[in-house]
Amino acid sequence: MNRTYELMFIVRPDMTEEDQDKLISTLESVVTSSGGQMKSVEKMGKRRLAYLVRRFHDGVYILLTLEGSGGLIHELERRLRVSEPVIKFLTVRIDEEQKRLEKIKKIKEARKKASPAPAPAAEAGGETAAVTA
Amino acid sequence: MADETRPVTSASEHTSGGPSGDRDRSGGGDRRPPRPGGPGGGREGGPGGRKYFRRKKVCKFCVEKIDFIDYKDYRTLGQFVAESGKIVPRRLTGVCTPHQRRLSLAIKQARNIALLPFAGRAL
Repeated sequence: MNRTYELMFIVRPDMTEEDQDKLISTLESVVTSSGGQMKSVEKMGKRRLAYLVRRFHDGVYILLTLEGSGGLIHELERRLRVSEPVIKFLTVRIDEEQKRLEKIKKIKEARKKASPAPAPAAEAGGETAAVTA
Repeated sequence: MADETRPVTSASEHTSGGPSGDRDRSGGGDRRPPRPGGPGGGREGGPGGRKYFRRKKVCKFCVEKIDFIDYKDYRTLGQFVAESGKIVPRRLTGVCTPHQRRLSLAIKQARNIALLPFAGRAL
């Protein structure tokens, strides 16, 4: 059962670009070897931390979006925990949220199709009321 | 004709507004229809004759039609966090219950990954 996750982690600010790429590629190989799929990798760059983490004021944020099982996430988190340059990580499951958003979108579109005229008219009425009042 | 819609909206606002007066933080923004003497709007404040207006509080996420509150969007989340780092209660911000639930979850996730402070201002 594959689920979609967002895995965000922070590495030390003094980590070089190559080392980051190396870390990401090892994580990617873990993902693909256990039947998962890496959807996107985003380096969000260096940012000031909101509080002190392992005596660091800054950190480089990296965001991975991936698909996989719970066991895969367990393995990834274990790897992040033991890898020295990673100072913090957070995994968030997002597939249920995406499902909910799609549902909302569908409902909204259905509503638009069902009544294209009344909604804007009502809005215009409210606006004029605010102006005249 | 158009005026007939007004009492309904102001009545609903009357029930939702807390006793917090002008402590509106980031709730309404630029939405402020002038309403002289409306049932929920301007009010005579006791014998002193001081008038104070209560701005109508609206849920930012409902107005801007934000369905998904993202923990990565720390700028938006920061509007609903007090100077001390606390989550501002919805009676002050005007956020609706379903959105406040998601908002608090997002703020807690953002705190976990050091995007927002647990206490105090960001370093």
